[in-house]
Amino acid sequence: MLDVKKVTKIFNPRTVNEKIALHNVSLKLEKGDFLTLIGGNGSGKSTLLNCIAGVYPVDNGSIIIDGKDVTNLNEYKRATVLGRVFQDPVMGTASNMGIEENLALALRRGQRRGLSWGISNKEREEYRELLTTLGLGLENRLGIKVGMLSGGQRQALTLLMATIKKPKLLLLDEHAAALDPKTAQKVLKLSDRIIKENNLTTLMVTHNMRDAIRHGNRLMMMYEGQIILDIRGKEKQKLTVEDLLVRFGAVSGEEFAEDSTLLS
Amino acid sequence: MLQILMGALSLGLLWAIITIGVYITYRILAIADLTVEGSIVMGAAIAAFAITNGINAYLAILLAFLGGLGAGLITGLLHTKLKIPSLLAGILTMIALYSINLRIMGRANISLLRVDTAYTVFENMGLNHMSSVIVLGLIFVGSVTGILYWFFGTEIGCAIRATGDNPQMARAQGINTNTTIILGLMISNGLVAIGGALIAQSQSFADVQMGIGSIVIGLASVIIGEVLFGKRNFYVRLLSLAMGAITYRIIIAVVLRLGMPANDLKLFTAITVAVALSLPVFRSYLVPIKKSFKRGE
Ligand SMILES: Nc1ncnc2c1ncn2[C@@H]1O[C@H](COP(=O)(O)OP(=O)(O)OP(=O)(O)O)[C@@H](O)[C@H]1O
Ligand SMILES: [Mg+2]
Repeated sequence: MLDVKKVTKIFNPRTVNEKIALHNVSLKLEKGDFLTLIGGNGSGKSTLLNCIAGVYPVDNGSIIIDGKDVTNLNEYKRATVLGRVFQDPVMGTASNMGIEENLALALRRGQRRGLSWGISNKEREEYRELLTTLGLGLENRLGIKVGMLSGGQRQALTLLMATIKKPKLLLLDEHAAALDPKTAQKVLKLSDRIIKENNLTTLMVTHNMRDAIRHGNRLMMMYEGQIILDIRGKEKQKLTVEDLLVRFGAVSGEEFAEDSTLLS
Repeated sequence: MLQILMGALSLGLLWAIITIGVYITYRILAIADLTVEGSIVMGAAIAAFAITNGINAYLAILLAFLGGLGAGLITGLLHTKLKIPSLLAGILTMIALYSINLRIMGRANISLLRVDTAYTVFENMGLNHMSSVIVLGLIFVGSVTGILYWFFGTEIGCAIRATGDNPQMARAQGINTNTTIILGLMISNGLVAIGGALIAQSQSFADVQMGIGSIVIGLASVIIGEVLFGKRNFYVRLLSLAMGAITYRIIIAVVLRLGMPANDLKLFTAITVAVALSLPVFRSYLVPIKKSFKRGE
């Protein structure tokens, strides 16, 4: 479903600020895989997701989604087969537009937008049902501006928008990190449910080792622009935080305890 | 006094179309587009040139609209394809239009005194000039408002609104934000050019200088409309733009009447807009004061 082949991404090349954010990264996801991606600050997780989504071009390598080479495709064209939720709840929705208007924008992802109404009455019913499944009471507030919603509500809505068209690949970039712990767990649970129900191929970045272990069928760890751990199958099921820390230390050669960000 | 109010109403209605154009870029796309200063003149120039060459006045307005679309297209391409910041892209087009407008007109000023304008139909029905301007102004403002209300509810219209609101999100939802930005700039400048064409015909001349300060007048009208009517639903907002443009003209008429020299008008407008734009800053000071008043301190 996703095939990242030897992708390299260099920011500010040939300057003093040159930064190799991704170094020959390869990764392959089968249909229905749910990969959790962990790694310290600046290890390249967001860059990898952004390269897959086409936010910026790669310097080397290629990206294939569902058998199609998308390496040179614009961000908005790739969006046709992608669903994305960002770390910042403000990023994924249009604040000054209504809940239903946001959903309607998402429902038309990958379609030619013409001069018919931006939202139809038939859709409204569908949105009401979808929102009811969130259990946040949003189904009765279809018209209110998204800017009025809390961060957790916005992330839940963004998740619906990302998955309403059954994307080939769902990209979640620390989408629960900006929320309080309780809301974060709710949003993660909701993500799990939607992913299972639709059998979505998913790549989820998280800072939290426990979440990375608890969710998905595969786990990878990034370090300095490279993937240093790839754990799957039975091994993934049995994985503990202690295992991860030991293996991280072994591969990276660093005293793991110092990287407190990984311990959260 | 009634005469002054009628004058303000007629001019305000024509400026309402320009104000709606400014609103599309400034509020919907979140771009301050200075192309306006050139496209208003372009509309006037095209209409004046066409009318003095025997073309029907309404066809001339249509040509002016097309010219405005072209001006918006240039700014849009400079901004999206060549990655020039929107403010600078607008300035470049505005400066270029100055020469282009002179070329269209062939000189700095064209008189429209002895030709049939768009208002002549109404004047032939027995209305005086000012009433004719008001009637045609109402027709234009009404149709533009109705069409835009429909348009911004369509799929393309929603995509343009989403682009101005959150371009990152728009792209993630498969919207080509370059296209939507260009479209918005085109529609905006097309409307502004219509406004220019109507103004030139109502004042009976087109002048290459007539665009100076128009962006500030447009912004002033947008803000006055918002202050008066708040930011309610889209239809009310569109109508409030027209009311803002008319109110602006009334304010100007009144301060002139009170003896302010006409040469100071632009300074007055600039100060008004600066104050209005900084209202949120002042408000944060005012709210605590108001509260303490209420508590009777
Ligand atoms: N647009 C950019 N321009 C320049 N450098 C960038 C840019 N984006 C990321 N980087 C750099 O690339 C490296 C990888 O950043 P990235 O955002 O991918 O890390 P991350 O793994 O997502 O970290 P975090 O956990 O903090 O989100 C960092 O050193 C970062 O400073
Ligand atoms: Mg990141």
